[in-house]
Amino acid sequence: MSDPSQLQLAPNGKLRHFLTTEGLSKDLLEEILTTASGFLDAKGDLIAKVPLLRGKSVVNLFFENSTRTRSTFELAATRLSADILNLDIQRSATSKGETLMDTLWNLEAMHADMFVVRHADSGAAHFIAEHVTPNVAIINAGDGRHAHPTQAMLDMLTIQRHKQSIEGQVVAIVGDILHSRVARSQIHALKTLGAAEVRVVGPATLLPKDIEELGAKAYYDFSLALRDCDVVIMLRLQKERMQNALLPSESEFFRLYGLTSEKLALAKPDAIVMHPGPINRGVEIESAVADGPQSVILKQVGYGIAVRMAVMAMAMSGQQLNQAGPETPLP
Amino acid sequence: MKYLHIRNAHLIDPSQSLDDTSDLYINDGRIAAIGHKPPEGTIDRTIDAKGQWLVPGFIDLSAYLNEPGYPQKGSIARDAHAAARAGFTHICAQPQTRPVADSSAVIQQIIERSNQAKAARVLPLGALTKGLQGEQLSNMVSLRNAGCIALSNARSPIKDNYVLRRLMEYAATYDIRLFITPLDTALAADGVMHEGPTSTRLGLAGIPETAETVALAQILLLAEQTGARVHISQISSTRSTDMIADAQARGLKVSADVSIANLCFTDQKVSGYNSRFHVEPPLRSEADRQALLAAVNRGELIICSNHCPHEIAAKKAPFAASEPGMSLYNGFLPLLLQLINTGELNREAAIHALSALPAKTLGFQREFKEGSIFNATLIDPQGMAEEAAEEDLSSPISEPLPGMALATFVEGQLVN
Repeated sequence: MSDPSQLQLAPNGKLRHFLTTEGLSKDLLEEILTTASGFLDAKGDLIAKVPLLRGKSVVNLFFENSTRTRSTFELAATRLSADILNLDIQRSATSKGETLMDTLWNLEAMHADMFVVRHADSGAAHFIAEHVTPNVAIINAGDGRHAHPTQAMLDMLTIQRHKQSIEGQVVAIVGDILHSRVARSQIHALKTLGAAEVRVVGPATLLPKDIEELGAKAYYDFSLALRDCDVVIMLRLQKERMQNALLPSESEFFRLYGLTSEKLALAKPDAIVMHPGPINRGVEIESAVADGPQSVILKQVGYGIAVRMAVMAMAMSGQQLNQAGPETPLP
Repeated sequence: MKYLHIRNAHLIDPSQSLDDTSDLYINDGRIAAIGHKPPEGTIDRTIDAKGQWLVPGFIDLSAYLNEPGYPQKGSIARDAHAAARAGFTHICAQPQTRPVADSSAVIQQIIERSNQAKAARVLPLGALTKGLQGEQLSNMVSLRNAGCIALSNARSPIKDNYVLRRLMEYAATYDIRLFITPLDTALAADGVMHEGPTSTRLGLAGIPETAETVALAQILLLAEQTGARVHISQISSTRSTDMIADAQARGLKVSADVSIANLCFTDQKVSGYNSRFHVEPPLRSEADRQALLAAVNRGELIICSNHCPHEIAAKKAPFAASEPGMSLYNGFLPLLLQLINTGELNREAAIHALSALPAKTLGFQREFKEGSIFNATLIDPQGMAEEAAEEDLSSPISEPLPGMALATFVEGQLVN
């Protein structure tokens, strides 16, 4: 069993799967951001279609429903001129590892070049990357509570484009850290890219044990955590958290950790507000803030396509390097 | 009279303070003489055991043998032979079979299969509650009469403390031994590994230490109240070792065991989502591992295998979807010898924790004394198991390591 961070690299150090932001070098993360920026024009809009993945087939393998994420991957693949197949595989109560292996063997018969995988089990994308035939690239579109690396990288791109650099920024990630694959991927990316401080904010029930060992600083007090903040990332709160005795109510959560204009005033005046979406207005964020001048939430969506194009192109190129050996440069 | 003569063996029996190169003479399944040839009779067969350890046969207080019910995972014959090759002469089989071992019929079937196997003797543990459902008491006395050495809950939850109290009281009435796993399933929730930095990093739901210690506190308090003879199965944390030591110091009739897996590995092994290391109780921190080793070295904790083999498909899945359990007989001696060679386990304490201590829990004699029944194993500490380990995704070791049992004697009979 290999470490996920190693499994995703070709022998020459290039990306061949994209499973997690953890353990990737600063150079590689910056390469993702640079490549993604190359798909954006000066205004930040996507450039026209490019033929990088022409003739390649990408399968969107979604074991968990997510129309939004799936659509952005579909758009990204289309913009790269790939053929795309969407497969929604509902995870039934009986579905276990055997079924996942069976599914994989069936899909391999289709000779796909890339799987974009969303699965409810942490480590599922890693599992698929380990068992898939060589030369098929795996892009993790979210596995359990573990990682959502493309979301984290689009957040990095958002910060970079609005704050010039990630280096030196003070970033607060607020809300349900315990169940958040996005937060974990963000923490690794932010630390590697040189953020000055990463703060995770929430009640003890929503902060996972020993989270500080990932390099984040834990805060229970939102006001304290907002002090000197350059970037505030709000996470979506799922309704089932109330049933699991993790929180008393949405209203109490909003009172303590909801982002209002008054709260935001405690951060730096030029702080930006982000949210991976979809937003629960009035639960984790007030409408005035979500739609306000400091919010870059809508921008994130466009950047998401560019980042997904970048990792798909890089991983495919890494796979080809793996097969061919000599360097085939990215345009 | 004819004797089996074991020559030049390094005899190690901490219970008799034996640690010498010596000779042993066996007749009619019993030790006839140690160190000197008996005055009468002839030698029938001689085994030269130079450089090898002759130790009292190991007793395993927990193994999942999967028969009846799960032929894809294992069988009594296969696993009892593997146990003998690991130095075990007696193994306690957990009642988690299909059907559950809660009836005399199933117990008889297990005993028959064990007799047919002619390997390590299987001692059935009966189910503590009907169907292991945790609610209704099993027919405890009938199960004991059918041959159960003790009754166990096999990691299935007992419905509540009321049931736990009553089943202890009932068992105490008839002096029936209970094997209870301390597990608060509500606290364990959907956890699949130790709750700590590794679970947080991997995004896997954690099992807090309190899922074990809260349950253990309740079991110990009720054992004290009811006077039941309770053995605690598979502790995994520092705090539990302290609680067991306190209970023993207060004079409770309580013993406890730890799986060799928790003595060898920590939660770090799960990095990379390695489902081989998906076990119950979970592998915990290095501090916990050190505390468990220290408790074994102090003679407070029994070592068991908690052998729980699985077929490949059960392990070839994303971590949380894989089945918990590790196949430990093939790797048992190599792992034990590593702990001894690195000095983490004191050799005498390790052998004590595998022979005299579990024997005491079961009310057995297990010592090298003239007149004792000969239960022993001859270990070659440098020997490599010959057979190539088949691809077993539930085994913690994937290559052969030194340490093998050359001969295992169960009640005087050579079975390996």
